Amino acid sequence: MFAKLLTNHYEAVAVILAGIGLTNLLLQKNLIKKIIGLNIMDTAIYLFLAAKGWVSGRAAPILIEGEKGWIMDVNNYVNPVPSGLVLTGIVVGVSVTAFALALTLKLYEYYGTLNIDEALLKMTQEQEVHEAEIMNEEQEDIL
Amino acid sequence: MREDIKDLLNKFFNWIIGNGPRPENEILPPEPPPDLPFTRRNSGRKSRFHEASINERYNEWVELHGLHIFSSLYTWMSVLTCLVIILLLLITVTELPPFGDEHNPANNEVVLRYIKTGARETGAKNIVAGMILDYRAFDTFGESAVLFTAAVSVLMLLGASRRNRTCEKNIFKFGITSKSFLQRGPPLRVHIYRQDDMILRGIASISIPTILVMGCAIIINGHLTPGGGFSGGAVLSTALILAANAYGFDHVHYFFNERTFIFSSSGSLIIYALAKGYSFFTGANHIPSGIPTGTIGNILSGGLILPLNICVGIVVAGTLYSFYALFSEGDI
Repeated sequence: MFAKLLTNHYEAVAVILAGIGLTNLLLQKNLIKKIIGLNIMDTAIYLFLAAKGWVSGRAAPILIEGEKGWIMDVNNYVNPVPSGLVLTGIVVGVSVTAFALALTLKLYEYYGTLNIDEALLKMTQEQEVHEAEIMNEEQEDIL
Repeated sequence: MREDIKDLLNKFFNWIIGNGPRPENEILPPEPPPDLPFTRRNSGRKSRFHEASINERYNEWVELHGLHIFSSLYTWMSVLTCLVIILLLLITVTELPPFGDEHNPANNEVVLRYIKTGARETGAKNIVAGMILDYRAFDTFGESAVLFTAAVSVLMLLGASRRNRTCEKNIFKFGITSKSFLQRGPPLRVHIYRQDDMILRGIASISIPTILVMGCAIIINGHLTPGGGFSGGAVLSTALILAANAYGFDHVHYFFNERTFIFSSSGSLIIYALAKGYSFFTGANHIPSGIPTGTIGNILSGGLILPLNICVGIVVAGTLYSFYALFSEGDI
């Protein structure tokens, strides 16, 4: 089992990175660190895909000029499909990170904290104050 | 015998409900003086002699220790979950085909087709560029649209603070007091940059043209060399960010503001969609599209790949710069 892990060491590292990212997501209280954990998981997936596309002893999929024109043989190039998939992943990861950071910034502007527990506490307090105001207004209406 | 059991049961139920003999007598408050005629002793007695029931004790215990126990339990359970997940995935990794082997199931007939006929059909030397901008161009269009949508939603979210700032000006001008503004207070982010940073300005004046030329070269050579619209656009956006840091956001506003961003990005996306829609329509119906592929290796080759790369580059450059500007200044 360990020998197989050594031959697949890129995939193994990718899996461990994904686990580290998930632990960050679960354990960190700071929202920005949570987003960093999400990015670590993204990176693990890119590493996994790039490792799946590699074929040993072959060149990148950009045509090489041989003696009789361009070489268009499969045995010369690595798999080009995972490169395209990684490109998609990077773009979507950047978009999601930017959107999540914008939401975090709004939360910080409103509650003055990045800690999710403190923000939730302030949220419940605000809700209680709001409900008390509604009760007062109803009593005034009755009177 | 039976009476004993009944007595025991009664005691037990009383203990559960909270009416049994009280062990915590000493905690009780002193009894009220008896000579007051109008004290309502009977009604108060029940509550005063009420022993804490099981439910109340449980609630008290939870309030005292529950949070601590929950947080430590949560930590350990999440660590355990992550370890279990890593272990399961590692066991899966041992079952995967070996790394770098040419007989892996991933290297199937799709790859064969792309490499054998891709260059001839698309005219691109870079097979990845030919793949993502010709065979799978719809996917790349979706990517650009996702990026643009993210930029627009960040603009929606963070543009509100800019509106708040105008609201602040209005307060000073006209005495308007917006309730939401007064609750939230003034905006927290005010970007401070030094106007007279000689070193930054000197280096920026040299490096900005270089970076711009390099970004354009990466975009234009996208079908010949590694690179393309996404990486070239990211390089272009770094030039814009450097300009904003060295000369201030007001100088960048002369040639790049919200209006230019929206028009250039959506225009590029529309051109992309129209061009690729035409190409897909003709290709699906086996009509000759009339787009020349050129000779492999020339700059003007690859059919639609070069204009599509330029469109993607414009979208990416505008979006990444607008992310920076929105997060630092709250304004494009």
